[in-house]
Amino acid sequence: MRRTISFTLNGKPTRLAVDDERMLLWILRYDLGLTGTKYGCGEGLCGACTVVVDNETVRACSTPISEVAGKSVLTIEGLEHEGKLHAIQQAFLRHSAFQCGYCTSGMILSAYVLLQQTSRPTTAEIIRHMDDNLCRCGSHTRIVEAIQEAAGSKERG
Amino acid sequence: MSAQNKWKYEATEVAHGKVSRREFLGLTGSGLFVFFWAGPGEFFQEPARLPGRPSYPEDFNAYLRIGAEGRVTCFVGKVELGQGAMTSLPMLLAEELDVALDSVDIVMGDTDLCPWDMGTFGSLSTRQFGPILRKAGAEARGVLLQMAAERLHVPVDRLKVNAGVVSDSSTGNRVTYAELTQGKRIERHIGKVELKPVSSFVVHGKSPVRRDALEKVTGKARYAGDVLLPGMLNARILRPPAHGAVLRQVDTSAAEKVEGVRIVREGDLIAVLHEHREVAERAKALIKAEYDNPKVAVDDRTIFDHLLKNAPQPQVVDERGSLTEGEKLSTAIVEETYVNSYVAHAPMETHSATATIENEKVTVWAGTQTPFPVKQQVAEALQVAPEKVRVIVPYVGGGFGGKSASRQAIEAARLAKLTGKPVQVVWDRSEEFFFDTFRPAAVVKIRSGVDALGKLTFWDFKVFCAGDREAKPFYDIPHQRTVSAGGWFGENPAGLHPFAIGPWRAPSVNTNTFARESHIDILAGKAGMDPVEFRLQNLSDKRMRAVLQTAARQFAWKPAQKQKGLGMGVSCAIYSGTYVATMAEVAVDERTGTVQVKRVVCVQDQGVTVNPDGSRQQMEGSIMMGLGYALTEEVRFRGREILERNFDSYEIPRFSWLPRIETVLVDNPEVPASGCGEPPIVNMGAVLANAIYDAVGARLLQLPMTPARVKAALQRS
Repeated sequence: MRRTISFTLNGKPTRLAVDDERMLLWILRYDLGLTGTKYGCGEGLCGACTVVVDNETVRACSTPISEVAGKSVLTIEGLEHEGKLHAIQQAFLRHSAFQCGYCTSGMILSAYVLLQQTSRPTTAEIIRHMDDNLCRCGSHTRIVEAIQEAAGSKERG
Repeated sequence: MSAQNKWKYEATEVAHGKVSRREFLGLTGSGLFVFFWAGPGEFFQEPARLPGRPSYPEDFNAYLRIGAEGRVTCFVGKVELGQGAMTSLPMLLAEELDVALDSVDIVMGDTDLCPWDMGTFGSLSTRQFGPILRKAGAEARGVLLQMAAERLHVPVDRLKVNAGVVSDSSTGNRVTYAELTQGKRIERHIGKVELKPVSSFVVHGKSPVRRDALEKVTGKARYAGDVLLPGMLNARILRPPAHGAVLRQVDTSAAEKVEGVRIVREGDLIAVLHEHREVAERAKALIKAEYDNPKVAVDDRTIFDHLLKNAPQPQVVDERGSLTEGEKLSTAIVEETYVNSYVAHAPMETHSATATIENEKVTVWAGTQTPFPVKQQVAEALQVAPEKVRVIVPYVGGGFGGKSASRQAIEAARLAKLTGKPVQVVWDRSEEFFFDTFRPAAVVKIRSGVDALGKLTFWDFKVFCAGDREAKPFYDIPHQRTVSAGGWFGENPAGLHPFAIGPWRAPSVNTNTFARESHIDILAGKAGMDPVEFRLQNLSDKRMRAVLQTAARQFAWKPAQKQKGLGMGVSCAIYSGTYVATMAEVAVDERTGTVQVKRVVCVQDQGVTVNPDGSRQQMEGSIMMGLGYALTEEVRFRGREILERNFDSYEIPRFSWLPRIETVLVDNPEVPASGCGEPPIVNMGAVLANAIYDAVGARLLQLPMTPARVKAALQRS
C-alpha cells in the first residue's frame, strides 16, 4: 500500500511516499541513491545489507520500509562526521580489512553497533557479534584486528 | 495478443532463431497460454566460450599516457576483483617508467579505453601482465630519455630520471616528462629495452595503501548494480527449475495485471521489468510456467561413479621409468581413491549488469572477469558490430573464476534493446547458485609405493574430471605416470556434468593437491616416518625444500607430539610458478565430528614480491576461503536441479572458523614475480585431512570433510 513513511536517515528527517511493502534495501539503493548498502542474499543470511536502525543492526533486504517509520536509520554514507572517517572506517582502511569490498559496509556497520554496545569487546565477543556477516574473500583476520584497533581508539564517536 | 492486455510485448525478432514474431503472435493470439519452443535451451547452460584471441598491443601508448599536467594514466584490461591488481599494477609501471607511484592513475576493464586483455584469472595479473606493463614503461622511458637528450643537447648516458624529471648530471639542466610530451601521444618507438634489474627496484617491495580503500570503507565504491540510470528498469527473469528443462507453456496473465510492469519475451528470455525490483519480483511470482524436465538419474552421491563411467579418454600427461619396475622395488604399496564434490564460487556480489543503448552504442557495466570476451558476446547477441559495444567493469565483488562466464551482461543488453530503456540485471542468490560454473566434482586414483629406506618407488596417478594442472608430482620418483581424463575447461562429453562447470580459484590444483598430499602422508605412515621428514627425504627441488623447512621452523613442527583430539598436518604445492608449504593445527571433536582449525602457517616463494601486504592479503584470504571447500562446501543436486539456494544450506567460512593465520614470504629475487592470488588455497584440503588423521587417526578421502564424514571415517579407523 502506498503511504508516507517518515524516519530519520543519517541524521536527516526523511519523508517518502512509497509502497510500504517494499524493502528498505531497495529504497535506499534505488529511490535514495545510497548504494553503499549491498544486496547479497535477500534473506538476511549474509549481512551485506546491514544498516543500523535505532542502534541495532538490521538486514535491510528483509526489512519492509514500514518497519522503520519513526525510527533512525544509519547507513555507511552517514558514518563520516564532518568530512572525517569514523574510527572504524579508518581502522578498516589502515588494516586493508577488505578485498572486493562488497561486504565492507555491512561489516563496518555491524562493528559500529558492537562498539556502541561494548566499548572494549574481547576477540571472542567480536567474533560472536560478527559471525553472521559473511566475507568470501577471507578478510576475517584483518576485520577482527581493525575492530580491535577501533575499540582502542580515542576518536571513536 | 488480446487488445485489453496491458503489457507490451516488445520482441521483434527472436535472436536465437526458433520462433519469429509472427509465429509467436499466431500462437499467443488464441488465448492465455503461450506455447512455444524455448529454442536452444542449452544456449546459456554452457560457460561462455572465449572467442578467438586478438593480441596484446605492442605500442606502449596503449598502456600509458602522460598528461600535460604530469600525471600518468595506466590502462589495463584487467579488473579489480578484490585481489589488489589496481594497487600493484601501477607499481610495476612506476618502477620502469621512473615516476612517483602516486602520480600514476589507473583505468581498468573498460573496453573503449583499455587495450585488449583475455581476462582476469589464473593468478596472471602480475605474472603474465607484469612483463607487458614493465616493457611498456621501460620503452616509454627510453624514448623520453632520447627526447630529453635532444632537448638538453647532451648524450643520453649523462641523463638520469627521478620521479618523471630528467636531469643532466653535469649541468643540472632538467626537463619533465610532461614538458617533453605536452599531453600528446608519444610517436617514437625504440623497440625492446632492457628491464631494470631487481637490485635497482625502489617501488617493488612496498605496501602502499590500497587504491580502493577509501571508496570501499565509505560505501562509495561502485559495482555494476550501483550504476543507476534515468528511466532504468529492473529485470527479473523467468528461470527454469533445472538445467535442460524446456518451457512447455507459460501464462503471464496475472503478472500482466501488476501496474506498471512490462513483460518481455525473446526466445528463451522471458523477463518482468519494473522501476522497482520488488514489484518486478512480485509480478514474476505470478507467472505460471510448465516445463518438460528430462529425468537425469545422477545426484550428489552417485556422481563419482557417474564420472568414472562417463569421463573422456584418459590422456598421459607425463610418464617416466617403469611402473612395474617401481612395484618390484617397493616394500609397501598404497592404493587409494580421493573424491571432491562440486563447489560454488559464491561471491558476495551476485552477477550484476546495467546496460543502456544510446545512439546505437551499447554500454554495459558488468561485474565480470572477462570484459573483452563479454563485449564480443554482447555484440553477437545483439547482432551489432563489436565497436558498437562498450563494456565497463567497475569494482567487482569477488570472482574466483565464477565471473569468467557473464551471461547477466548479455541479458541486460538484450533487455535494454528490447525495452529501449536502460536495464539492470542483478541475480538473486538462487540464480547465482543455479548458473554458477561450479568447480567440477572429481575423482583421483593413486597407486604408489615406498621402499625400506622410505624412498618413493613409483607413482601411478589418475585424475578424472578435475584437469591436469599440477597433476604431475614434484617429488623425486623414479617410476611414475600421470594420467588425466577430462577437466574444467570444457573438453568433456555432453552429459558428463549435469550443469555448467568452470574455473574455480586454482582450477584442477585443489583436487590434485588434496589427493597427492594426502597420499604422501599415508605413504609416510607406511614408511614409519614423520610426514615432513618423509617429504624432505623425497624432495630435491630446492625451492620446495626451502618453503617446507621454513614452514616447519615457523610452525615449530615436532614429530609425534600426541595430544588427544589435537593434530597437525602439512601439505606442499606448486601453482602458477609459486611454491607453497602449509601447516595446520586442528581440534577434532570425536563425538560430533566437527573440526576446528586452530592455526595455519603458510610459507610462500612467489619469486620477486611486488606488494608484500597485498600478497599477504591473498594468502590469508586463500586460507580462509579454502576452509570452506575443505570442511563444508558442496553443491547438492538432484539430476539437473540445483538444491542450493542460499547461504543457509551452502555454508561458507565465517568469523567463528577463523584460525590464527601466519604468513611468511620467502624472498627470492632471482625469480620473476609469479602468481599469489590462488596458490595458497590449494593446500587447504590435504593439510586439514592430514591434521585430522594426526588428531584422531581417521583418514578422510572425500572433500568436504563434514562432521558426518569425519564420524564415518572414525568408525572405519
